[in-house]
Amino acid sequence: MEKTRFTISVFTEDVVGILNRVSIIFTRRKINVESIAASESEIKGIYRYTIVLTETEDQVKKVVGQLEKQVEVVKAVFHPDAEIVHQEIALYKVKTGVLASGGNAEKIVRFHNARVLSVETEFTVIEKTGHKEETQQLFDDLKPFGILEFVRSGRVAITKPMKTLSSIVESLEELLKK
Amino acid sequence: METLTKKTKVKQRLMTGSQAVVHSLIAEGVDLIFGYPGGAIMPVYDALYDVEDKLTHILTRHEQGATHAAQGFARATGKVGVCLATSGPGATNLITGIADAQIDSTPLVCITGQVASHLLGTDAFQETDIIGISMPVTKWNFQVTRAEEIPFALAKAFYIARTGRPGPVLIDITKDAQFGTLDFDYQPFKGMRSYVPTPQLSLTKVAEAASLINAAKKPFVVFGQGVLLAEAENEFKAFIEKAGLPSAWTIMGLSALDSDHYLNVGMLGMHGNYAPNKLTNECDLLIAVGMRFDDRVTGDLSRYAKQAKVIHLEIDPAEIDKNVKTDVAILGNAKESLKALTEMINENEHKNWLEKFRDLEKEEFNEVIDEELNPTSELMTMGEVMNKINLHSNQNNIIVTDVGQHQMIACRYAKFKQTRSSITSGGLGTMGFCLPAAIGAKMGRPDAQVIGIIGDGGFQMTIQELGTIFQFKTAVKIVVLNNEFLGMVRQWQELFFEKRYAATTMVNPDFQTIVKGYGIKTKKVEKRENLEDAVKEMLAHEGSYFLEVMVGKENNVFPMIATGASVSEIRLK
Ligand SMILES: Cc1ncc(C[n+]2csc(CCOP(=O)(O)OP(=O)(O)O)c2C)c(N)n1
Ligand SMILES: [Mg+2]
Repeated sequence: MEKTRFTISVFTEDVVGILNRVSIIFTRRKINVESIAASESEIKGIYRYTIVLTETEDQVKKVVGQLEKQVEVVKAVFHPDAEIVHQEIALYKVKTGVLASGGNAEKIVRFHNARVLSVETEFTVIEKTGHKEETQQLFDDLKPFGILEFVRSGRVAITKPMKTLSSIVESLEELLKK
Repeated sequence: METLTKKTKVKQRLMTGSQAVVHSLIAEGVDLIFGYPGGAIMPVYDALYDVEDKLTHILTRHEQGATHAAQGFARATGKVGVCLATSGPGATNLITGIADAQIDSTPLVCITGQVASHLLGTDAFQETDIIGISMPVTKWNFQVTRAEEIPFALAKAFYIARTGRPGPVLIDITKDAQFGTLDFDYQPFKGMRSYVPTPQLSLTKVAEAASLINAAKKPFVVFGQGVLLAEAENEFKAFIEKAGLPSAWTIMGLSALDSDHYLNVGMLGMHGNYAPNKLTNECDLLIAVGMRFDDRVTGDLSRYAKQAKVIHLEIDPAEIDKNVKTDVAILGNAKESLKALTEMINENEHKNWLEKFRDLEKEEFNEVIDEELNPTSELMTMGEVMNKINLHSNQNNIIVTDVGQHQMIACRYAKFKQTRSSITSGGLGTMGFCLPAAIGAKMGRPDAQVIGIIGDGGFQMTIQELGTIFQFKTAVKIVVLNNEFLGMVRQWQELFFEKRYAATTMVNPDFQTIVKGYGIKTKKVEKRENLEDAVKEMLAHEGSYFLEVMVGKENNVFPMIATGASVSEIRLK
């Protein structure tokens, strides 16, 4: 079966060690994760992990089954790129001088719709959100001017077809009462 | 007066963390635990000293022994097995048993001591990250750093270990939490939103499955430990009897049905019986009940039951379609699922189809079984030992096995007459499992005749547990089938590595002398004419007994499905 890109969303209780429990499921199957982002979800106390990987759908299904099996995982789902809206953020640190001279670097920043976050005498920090190809393009364009530092976040994604988390949690809590 | 009683009541509830550990265990109904003391768990041991009348601690000779004993206890009784160990090496010694319990779905609660919380991560004496180490092999684990967390953590641990698909849980308790004080109030754990132990039964799926069963001409049931874990033995029997379904067990499903039941067609898998393996690729409907299509059962998956529709009754959603694609999956507890399914199926018999199994069974008998059980060769076989045990033992046996040729022979030939009477390391194949597991089984079921069947190799992996038998006067029967080889590996070397016997020859010590040192009655049988009497003597003996039988050194276990072969390519020789 062909490997394609999938985004797995994992919703967990807020407990120590859960990141490890999530990650060993990938380690054990020798699956390389492309990116992972984690933060609190719209429900207090439930954390959301967004994990991107390139794998066969069959393997992704099994991994999601194993994730959901973890006692402190509330829910795990997976989606191909077409079923999600996703975004990444990248920060670039360049010498302030290359922008100040009013040359090409400034044009590039405008062209990419990037934002200047902070200007110091020595350096300037530029921010760009977008898909990986877009943040990478800005990186490539700025490279000739010298990039002092670069960082890109993992993907975060909102799913198009999913039931709302609160309805899932509600039905789980309903089940618990029974 | 009133204030006084109130005061004493409060006083009674105020206790240390270590007292809370033992009182939580007592509150859970635990009366027997297995373990080994050491620095970081000493406060709990000290608390045990005060409750010896309620909670018996069995000092095994190695922490691995404690886990296997707890497993044997759990598998024999259906209760949760409990182990206790110190930090560092004590904790790491538990890992093999925990991994074994995880893959064989055995409920365990393991409690480990840990260095004081302010020392965590400092490489303190006997500090090891047991939470990190045990994570891949536990159903759940948790580190307690405050005394007040103890009752809740333990209640949750027991709940998780025993519900749904059971498994091992580890609770690591720092030494300061053991010394700390708390107001003890034990509440059984009621459940959590992120964990649904038993999926809700879908009657639509049950109906779909029933119509497949009703339409099938050659239906075939394969069942595993799920039947035992759900205590669904009666429901299972009613199910297969109603529709006349030939049924084969996996090694983990042994004893869920009487060996001699007219619909029991034997054991699946690499060294299982001829008929059920062969006919897996002829049935038109495969009904899997509480089993997980392990590769030792399926052989080459791409040639496994491809012609058949598949129904899978399973409690763990992650098992559905993991190895074999199903047409209908019935999620739920086997007891409920089977009850519902039985109501919806038609009464039927599949005489001709069942006859096919019996025909192939005759072939296997003539080619393999007869010679194994009633050998004409001069050298003794493992099968004839099992045959004598079958012949002279009563209904109340529990057969515990280690790993290797003797395991396959014991599982193939033992007659199981009551539920939970087979205890073996199926998924992990852990040599050294048997001796401590037999001890645990006997302690859980003192009324039963517990017989451990071990190879000369595996015996020496946990031989130190003879000390446990000696100290606690555990009346287990130990049978070592001595072929002076790591027999199963040697068999593979013979068949697949041109008889290049690398590191499989065992130069053994005199087991008789060793065992005598532990005060256990022993006998060694080297000639066939002494076998039957020795078996009788062993079974009649009140206390522990060690029987060593010298068997043919280069005997092989057949039938066999070679690695990579299909189940229908099972060889008789
Ligand atoms: C802990 C462990 N190490 C290694 C193995 C690999 N192994 C499987 S069977 C076997 C040979 C067992 O020899 P013995 O206990 O004498 O039993 P026999 O096969 O001779 O009956 C070995 C080494 C294992 N299963 N477990
Ligand atoms: Mg041997």
